[in-house]
Amino acid sequence: MPARLVELLQHLVNGLSVGTIYALIALGYTMVYGVLKLINFAHGDVYMVGAFSGYYLAGRLVPERAAGAPPPGLAGATLQAALVTLGAMAVCALLGLAIERFAYRPLRGRARLTSLITAIGVSLLLEYGFQLQPIRGLPVAFPPGPTPRFFPELLPRADWSLGGVSLSNYDVIGLAVAVALMIGLQLVVYRTRFGTAMRAVSFDPKVAALMGIPVDRIIAGTFALGSALAAAAAILNAVPRPQIHPLFGLLPGLKAFVAAVLGGIGSVPGAMVGGLALGLAEELVAGYTASSFKDAIAFTVLILVLLFRPDGLFGRARVEKV
Amino acid sequence: MRGARGVAPVAILLALAACERKRPAEGVAAAAPAAAAPAPGQPLLLGHVASLTGNEATFGDSTEKGIRLAVDERNAGGGVAGHPVAIRTYDDQGKPEEAAIVATRLAVEDRAQVLLGEVASKRSLAMAPIADRYQVPMVTPSSTNPKVTVENDQVHPYVFRVCFIDPFQGGVMARFARQTLHLSRVAVLRDVGNDYSVGLADFFLARFRALGGEVVDDESYKAGDQDFKAQLTAIKAHRPEAIYVPGYYTDVALIARQARELGMAQPLLGGDGWDSAKLFEISRGALEGSYFSDHYSAEDPSPAIQGFVSRYRTRFGAVPDSMAAMGYDAARIAMDAMARARDLTGPAIRDALAATRGFAGITGTISIDAHHDAVKPAVVLQVVNGAGKFVAAVQPD
Repeated sequence: MPARLVELLQHLVNGLSVGTIYALIALGYTMVYGVLKLINFAHGDVYMVGAFSGYYLAGRLVPERAAGAPPPGLAGATLQAALVTLGAMAVCALLGLAIERFAYRPLRGRARLTSLITAIGVSLLLEYGFQLQPIRGLPVAFPPGPTPRFFPELLPRADWSLGGVSLSNYDVIGLAVAVALMIGLQLVVYRTRFGTAMRAVSFDPKVAALMGIPVDRIIAGTFALGSALAAAAAILNAVPRPQIHPLFGLLPGLKAFVAAVLGGIGSVPGAMVGGLALGLAEELVAGYTASSFKDAIAFTVLILVLLFRPDGLFGRARVEKV
Repeated sequence: MRGARGVAPVAILLALAACERKRPAEGVAAAAPAAAAPAPGQPLLLGHVASLTGNEATFGDSTEKGIRLAVDERNAGGGVAGHPVAIRTYDDQGKPEEAAIVATRLAVEDRAQVLLGEVASKRSLAMAPIADRYQVPMVTPSSTNPKVTVENDQVHPYVFRVCFIDPFQGGVMARFARQTLHLSRVAVLRDVGNDYSVGLADFFLARFRALGGEVVDDESYKAGDQDFKAQLTAIKAHRPEAIYVPGYYTDVALIARQARELGMAQPLLGGDGWDSAKLFEISRGALEGSYFSDHYSAEDPSPAIQGFVSRYRTRFGAVPDSMAAMGYDAARIAMDAMARARDLTGPAIRDALAATRGFAGITGTISIDAHHDAVKPAVVLQVVNGAGKFVAAVQPD
């Protein structure tokens, strides 16, 4: 293959790999916005907590192997990886429930700005709470403090070179798991009673309540679902890119928010497409122009979308009913 | 709760009063030196600002160990001018704003005689104006960016360093790459948010070009980034023979791993920011065969270095990296200056520091020049079996 094509394909592989992470985080933003019209700025930090939950769980579940001991079989490693991922998703679902119950629910019905400011407060609480020194007497070093930790390799890494384009099993697994989760989410939203109730709440919470839909429970469930997806994204990201620290959810969180706006905030397929598009745009801009623009591109996209298509790619301009 | 609420305004008032009291002293500190000098027998305080946690946690940790060793040895020999020497260390978590806060605290509240730190140039730059304002001499062990001591052609009167500076360090690696490794095409990957990395990359580039080499790509990242593959893929397409990555060890190790994942086999080149046991741990062999410039090599057979290495190893159970050696030298220079100073006020210690000539340090003979820098040789180390092996020593031009 010509060198230029190899380079382009490699950029596409890299961009998709990062884009799936943005897409999974963006789903949490978009679902919460859909039901509450609230931008949950703490979502990027839920993603961070997901990575640390996985880190601590892996530390318990995957014991340090003695030098020379045989590596665990692929089946065993897969089981461990699945357990770590599901465990982290459960922890984050609980965290999502707690944040909704204690930070947002008491403010429901107040001005929307109040909740937004609270969201920023929750975000800072998680970021700086996790930077405190570990509490003595806990079985794990928690909070982790500001020193970065390194996520263990849950599965043995395999690298392939296809005509010069490097690809690893992590990229493939990451994409497969992300797509599976998104299809699952789409089924939940459109094929289950919970999903129907969620869409009803999104359409009009007051009328939904009159129809006997338990609005508070549906909102709590939405938070749990979105937070669990963030945890899955965190594990998928932390295995190939192992550095985790308390502030590392900040930028992916902001970028995923941009991805959600790009796709049309409130739209599930929009979040997926927005995430992938943003990952690719970042990669191509960094690869072909100056790499110092890499982080700027997301916010340039945000400004352009807000200027020219405020409803995003998949958003429908709705007429406000009076 | 009510009690606590009552305390806060009082604390603020007290803090304000402390500031108020300090302020008139600034202008007339030289006129009233006795206030700052401790009574005979009272300990002299070295205030250490260190990144004990954060992305560069080993920098602070190693420097602290080096300082402790130097101070304990000095105290065993009777201290400085009849005073024992004490150390107070605050963690800045690797953040410049925290470094500024704790440096102020050491200068104002703890009344440290000398500030030691930081390792990272970015954080030393945050401390430098504080040292000047409170007239507390500051000795940075290993900040190599020129701006730390000389900003806008003005020498910071109270800021000194005991290491070489980056125009020299960048030149060392450029010369090594061009003349020893005979490389003609290199790419650069720098941390844009870091004064040290940006400066070192510029000095390397200028020298490498002047020596007839070609710089095929110049990419950047930000410290703490997760993914470097966009930059590495772009670099790969330019087919350089080596990549200069003058960053800190955590990022460098991850960059090396991702480069190998993309099938890139080029050696990486770097500076003293690589020096950490964590570099080898995180990179998992991805840096084998790469080179970096550094302050000293623990393999150096000279009796001074071997003596230091064995004392440090007995005490802390590890081979001292160059941050430990620089911390040791910085503390010894600071104590030597306090011993020579006409009294123990900031300006007197400052004058003694500026007059340091031919001090036999572990990392070379240290003379402070007019820019408050030390002119010293550098070494080039190669990563072999997860450790830095001595390759060459380069004398100052």
